[in-house]
Amino acid sequence: MTNVLKVENVTMQFGGVVAVDNMNLEVNKGEIVSLIGPNGAGKTTAFNVITGVYAPTNGAVYFNGTKIIENHPQGKMKKLYKGENNGKYSSVLAPTPDKITKMGIARTFQNIRLFKSQTVFENILIAKHLRRTSNLFTATFHLNGKEEAEMRKQTEDLLRILGLEDVKDEMATSLPYGKQRRLEIARAMATEPTLLLLDEPAAGMNPQETEELTAFIGRIRDEFGMTIFMIEHHMDLVMEISDRIYVLDFGKPIAAGTPEEVQNNPRVIEAYLGGAVDE
Amino acid sequence: MTKKKETIINVSLIVALLVVLYVMEHTIPSTAMIFTVLKKGAIYALVAVSMNLLNGFTGLFSLGQAGFMLLGAYTYGILTIPAEQREFVYMYYDGGIIHFSVPVVVALVAAGIVAAAFAYLIGLPVLRLKSDYLAIATLGFAEIIRAIFQWDKLGPVTNGSNLLKSYPTFKSVLFPFIVSGICIAVIVMLINSTYGRAFKAIRDDEVAAEAMGINLAHHKRIAFVVSSFFAGISGALLAMYQTTIQASMFKSAMTYEILLIVVIGGIGSVTGSCLSSFLFIILSEWLLRFLDSDMYIGDFHVPLLRAGFRKVVFSVIIMIIVLFFRKGIMGTKEFSVRGIYNFFTRKKKAAKGGDSND
Ligand SMILES: Nc1ncnc2c1ncn2[C@@H]1O[C@H](COP(=O)(O)OP(=O)(O)O)[C@@H](O)[C@H]1O
Ligand SMILES: [Mg+2]
Repeated sequence: MTNVLKVENVTMQFGGVVAVDNMNLEVNKGEIVSLIGPNGAGKTTAFNVITGVYAPTNGAVYFNGTKIIENHPQGKMKKLYKGENNGKYSSVLAPTPDKITKMGIARTFQNIRLFKSQTVFENILIAKHLRRTSNLFTATFHLNGKEEAEMRKQTEDLLRILGLEDVKDEMATSLPYGKQRRLEIARAMATEPTLLLLDEPAAGMNPQETEELTAFIGRIRDEFGMTIFMIEHHMDLVMEISDRIYVLDFGKPIAAGTPEEVQNNPRVIEAYLGGAVDE
Repeated sequence: MTKKKETIINVSLIVALLVVLYVMEHTIPSTAMIFTVLKKGAIYALVAVSMNLLNGFTGLFSLGQAGFMLLGAYTYGILTIPAEQREFVYMYYDGGIIHFSVPVVVALVAAGIVAAAFAYLIGLPVLRLKSDYLAIATLGFAEIIRAIFQWDKLGPVTNGSNLLKSYPTFKSVLFPFIVSGICIAVIVMLINSTYGRAFKAIRDDEVAAEAMGINLAHHKRIAFVVSSFFAGISGALLAMYQTTIQASMFKSAMTYEILLIVVIGGIGSVTGSCLSSFLFIILSEWLLRFLDSDMYIGDFHVPLLRAGFRKVVFSVIIMIIVLFFRKGIMGTKEFSVRGIYNFFTRKKKAAKGGDSND
């Protein structure tokens, strides 16, 4: 199996609103894949399903060939369900977000969510908690000195590799916007994922910051051999670093392919690029 | 300043404090108000810090503290009343059904364990609730526990609505200081551990914390159980201090007092909670006593001053703090030797140094 992530017939319906409609997509090892589409197309919702925030109404998600999420219409959704493939899935597999992170899928948020009262260093150090081998007792009585030192060392290393070393003792929220975004990505990386999901990492950035971010994401792929699945609106960024692109409209992928293929796809131009290119 | 030097200074300060207390006890008459303040202050410091662990460090707005203190107090009393005293204490229940007693230290630990066990059981349903609902549920729990312990049918164990007494108590002010000190030290170590960092992450942003792989239910439960454990021990200490136990001592008013202490001290500051405990006890037991008694200046009867007015004043204080001084005395900062050291060296060198809050 080369695909790291496989989303299969996923439908996410909120009451009567179908936010993600029978989505099928794959992300292969080492790729940078982008998910684009107009606002409200269901991109963030797709991420929320993959990371366990919402159990899908129907469908399944596979990670490294293993099924990690599955659901089918239940309860009141039995009647309300408007999607396809009803009846194809029968079991329920709905891990919470922390379990998904443990499996190796890390994410960032469209609206930055840093730990406000903590420094840059502490923000990243927290991500090391999930790989602990100490328990409440050994941690409280500081019998895990070696592990604690290792956590701190890994945090230092990551900060250095990702160029955040000089701000490590600053409060996370006092950083300039662009650096906060980078810190959030660094924090996700600190959970030691094999798949990184980025939700609009360049949102609100000026062209210079966007350019730096492009290099930053490229570096993460090269240094860590990371597979990256990214939602993004900045077309320069998307076209420059994506290996493949999925275009979403009204919850449905309407096109997929390399940046060139997508750019020249008439349906895409009509649905999305036509309006967004000159923004 | 090296870590070693800091430890030496800290240990010396603690020893000095204990020596001062010891000397005071042998020079000042034991009925002096100062000892009430010190004993009660030390006990309240522990329960305030345990509440802060939940409210301040984990961001769980729980109001069950009095209930867990009650569990601790009763556990302690029930387990330590000497066998030969039981027929007098449990005179309405034929001497009760328990006919043994355990050493004080064992009973203190048991007090914590019983409180923690209850927290474990109610934690699962209650901790799913969001802020205000959690507060209501825990407050309700405390009230229910109080009612249950007064229930006649449980009399052979709890002595119903009668007093528990004749159990071992402490005379020396050193006892609550040492027990509270050890417990607070453990809480501080927990806060500074990787689990403590996870608690703070949950407080700052639950969604992000969960995305960092932190199991919310598990960690909230740990904070709740540990907090209750120490609330139980403080309840036992309070029982020792009061020399008698009655369920009606542990009303929700007690939880509000503790909440007031936590808020005054700074939500998220251990040293703040400790400082404000003593401050609170000084005010309520000593300086503001007069508010509760009628007063005449000449023939003039001073209005408002009568039993219960102290509570009104405290309510006003809590409102003023919440409205204007939300950070309390310390905010989330801590008072430490290193902080003072940094403060002065920074002044001297005018160089940029660490924050005074680590
Ligand atoms: N928790 C929710 N409850 C109800 N509707 C939701 C919820 N989350 C998202 N939606 C709806 O799903 C649709 C897709 O939203 P979203 O995934 O955020 O879009 P995008 O990220 O592509 O801009 C929107 O119509 C939104 O209102
Ligand atoms: Mg979105």
